[in-house]
Amino acid sequence: MPDVFNRAAQIGEVNKEDPRVKRILKVLETHQRKPDGLIQVLHSIQDLFGHVPLNFIALTARELRVAPSRVYGVVSFYHFFSLKPKGEHNCLICTGTACYVKGAQKLIDQVAKDFKIKPGRSTPDNKLGLEAVRCIGACSLAPAVVMDNEIHARMTPENISDVIHQALK
Amino acid sequence: MNLEKLNQIVEAYLQKRGEKKRVCVCAGAGCVSTGSLATLEAFKKALKDKGLDSDVEVLPTGCMGACNQGPLVEIAPDDNVYQKVRPEDASVVVDKHLLHHATVPSLLLFSEPGKPALSEKASRLPFNRKQVKIVLENCGRINPESIEESLAAGAWRALHKALTTMTPEEVVAEIKHSGLRGRGGAGYPTGLKWEMVYKYVNDVKYVVCNGDEGDPGAFMDRSVLEGDPHRILEGMAVAGYAVGAKRGFLYVRAEYPLAIKRLEIAIRHARGMGLLGADIFETGFSFDVEIRIGAGAFVCGEETALIASIEGKRGSPRPRPPYPAESGLWGKPTLINNVETFANIAPIILKGGEWFSSIGTAKSAGTKVFALAGRIVNTGLIEVPMGITLREVIFDIGGGIPGGKKFKAAQTGGPSGGCIPEQHLDTKLDYESLQALGSIVGSGGLIIMDETSCMVDVARYFMDFCVDESCGKCVPCRVGTRQLLDILSKICRGEASLDDLELLEELGGYVKAASLCGLGQTAPNPFLSTLRYFREEYLAHILDKKCPAGVCKMSAEPAVI
Repeated sequence: MPDVFNRAAQIGEVNKEDPRVKRILKVLETHQRKPDGLIQVLHSIQDLFGHVPLNFIALTARELRVAPSRVYGVVSFYHFFSLKPKGEHNCLICTGTACYVKGAQKLIDQVAKDFKIKPGRSTPDNKLGLEAVRCIGACSLAPAVVMDNEIHARMTPENISDVIHQALK
Repeated sequence: MNLEKLNQIVEAYLQKRGEKKRVCVCAGAGCVSTGSLATLEAFKKALKDKGLDSDVEVLPTGCMGACNQGPLVEIAPDDNVYQKVRPEDASVVVDKHLLHHATVPSLLLFSEPGKPALSEKASRLPFNRKQVKIVLENCGRINPESIEESLAAGAWRALHKALTTMTPEEVVAEIKHSGLRGRGGAGYPTGLKWEMVYKYVNDVKYVVCNGDEGDPGAFMDRSVLEGDPHRILEGMAVAGYAVGAKRGFLYVRAEYPLAIKRLEIAIRHARGMGLLGADIFETGFSFDVEIRIGAGAFVCGEETALIASIEGKRGSPRPRPPYPAESGLWGKPTLINNVETFANIAPIILKGGEWFSSIGTAKSAGTKVFALAGRIVNTGLIEVPMGITLREVIFDIGGGIPGGKKFKAAQTGGPSGGCIPEQHLDTKLDYESLQALGSIVGSGGLIIMDETSCMVDVARYFMDFCVDESCGKCVPCRVGTRQLLDILSKICRGEASLDDLELLEELGGYVKAASLCGLGQTAPNPFLSTLRYFREEYLAHILDKKCPAGVCKMSAEPAVI
C-alpha cells in the first residue's frame, strides 16, 4: 500500500461548502458518528463521488474516531467501493451462474474486442468502464447487462455493442 | 395500536376498495427491467380514457413468479394473468377484459402464437398447479408499498397473537414443533436456535435478518423483500419477543435497491402505526428494526462475517464456538435467520406448528422457494413443498429444456453446492436427500444446464468465484482455492495429467477440512460433485484433450503415443 494517508494529507481538506460534503456530514450525524455506521457512510461517499477519494477516507476516520487504516481496509475489502473514479458510463456484465451458463463470457469477450477494454478497467478517455459483476439477481433475464443503471435482458454478442454505443451518445 | 384499531383500519380500507377489480402489475425487479412501470402508467391512462378509473384499481405488486414472461399483469379476482404486456397492450386489455368481460387469448400467460392457451385461469397452469405458497402467498397480490394492503392480507396479526396469547416459551415451542429449518442453506432447526438465544441471560440481545443473498443464480430473498416486506419485519418482531431482543438489524445486499426502498417504506409505515417501536399492541413489548446495507461481499452471508459487517468492519468470519447465539453482535446473544425463515414465522404462529409440519416431508417440513434459471423454458420464482422431485420441478413446473436440447445437470446451492445428474432426477428435494447426493438445498438457486454446458468449466467457474470472494483470513481457503483454480484451469486448457486430477481431489479434501468458515469448507463441493457424476468429462479433457460440450478452448494437441 502506498503512503495514501500522507498523500491524503497533501490532497488537503475536503471542501466544506460542497453540498455533497454536507450530505455526507448529515449521514454521519444519523449514525451518531458511531464506528458501526462506517459502511453506510462509505456508501454515501461512493454514491456522490463515484468512488471514495482519499481525503474522504481521512475525513471519515476522523469523524468516526477510528484509524484511517480501518477505513481503508473496509474500502478495499468490499466490491462496492472503489478508490479510483469509475468511467463516465459503465457497462456491468452479470456473471452470475445463470448468466454464465447463458453466455456472459461471450458478451465480455465481445465488448473487450470492440472497445479494447478489459473488465475492471476504463477506456483511456474514461468514457466507458467495463465490469464483470456478481449476480444481480435478474437470473430469469439472463444474460443480463446493466448499462448506466438500466438492466438490459437477454443480451447477445451481436447487440451488446449497439447498447453501449447508444449510451455513449 | 391495538386489535380494535387494526380492524378499523382494515375495514375502512376494504370499504374504500370495495368490490373493484384490480389490475395487478408486477413491479418485481425482473418485470421493472422489462418495462412494467410504463405498462402500469399505460393502464392508468387507458382506464381513464374509458372512464373506468374509479371502478378499477391499478396497483404495483411484488414478483408473480414467471419472470421471463414479464411484464406480467394479473386481473384480480378473475385469476387471469397476461404476459409480456407492453404499454400499447393496455388499452386492448382494458377494452376487452374490463369493459367487455372477455379475456385476451393472445396475451394469456404461456400462450404461444397459433396455439390455444394452456389455461385461461392462471392457477390451473402447469407452472402453478404443483406450487404451494406460504412464503410467497402475498407476493404478487398486494401493493408492497401500502401497509393497509398488507394489513388486509393479515400482516402483523401473528405478532398480536404472540404478544397477547403466548409466552415467549410458547412461541419457541411452537416454532420447534413446526419443524421449520433454516432456509439459508444449512437447514439448522430454527426452533433450537431460538431456544438457545432465549436461554442466554443478558439485558441486551439482537435479532438479525440475513438478506445477503450472495449465491449467484439466487433471487428468492430479493423477491420476498420486494413483494411482502411486512412479513419479514413481523417475523423479526415475533423472534424478538420470543428470544427477548429489542433491536433487529436487517442486512440487505446493496445490489437490491428496490428491496431496500420498499423495506424503508414498510419500516416507516409500521413505526407510524406503532407496530414497531415502543409498547407494541399496548403490551409493553418494544422492538425496532434498522436496515444495514451490504457492500458486495459474498462471505458476508456467513453469520460471523455478517455480524462483523453490521459492526462496520471488514466481513471476516471468526471461529465458532462461541456461536452468535451466545456471543454475536457486539458480543451479545444474537439470533440470525435468513429472510425466508423469517417469512415462515407469521403463518406458523397463526396456523400452528402442527399445520406447518403437515406440509413437506417428516424431516424437512414446509415449503421451499426456488429461483429457477439457466437452460429451462420457464425461468422464475417458484415455491414448492419439500419432498417434491427434481423432475416435477424441472419438467412440470419449469416446462423442460428449450430448443430440443438434453438435460444434463441441475445445480443447487451455488458455489457451496453441487450438480445433480439425470439419473437422480427423481430425488426428493429435501435437506437429507440432496446432501446424500453431494449437494445441498442451499438458499434456493436452481440452475438448469443442458448439453451445451461443460461440467469442468462450471466447476472452474465456481472456483473462480470462491477465489475472488475468499476473505483471505485463513490459509487453506486463501491459498487452497487459488491452487484448486489453477488445476481446474489447466484441465480446461487440456494441459493437465492424471496426477493433477489426483492432486485436485487430495487438495479439495484439505480445503474442506481445514478452512475456517463455510465458504472454504464448501468451495470444493462443485468440482467434487461433478467429478462424482461427470468423471468422464474430466477424463476427456485430460486424456483426449477434448471438451465434449465444446466450451473449453484446448491449447494442447493430444499426445501421440
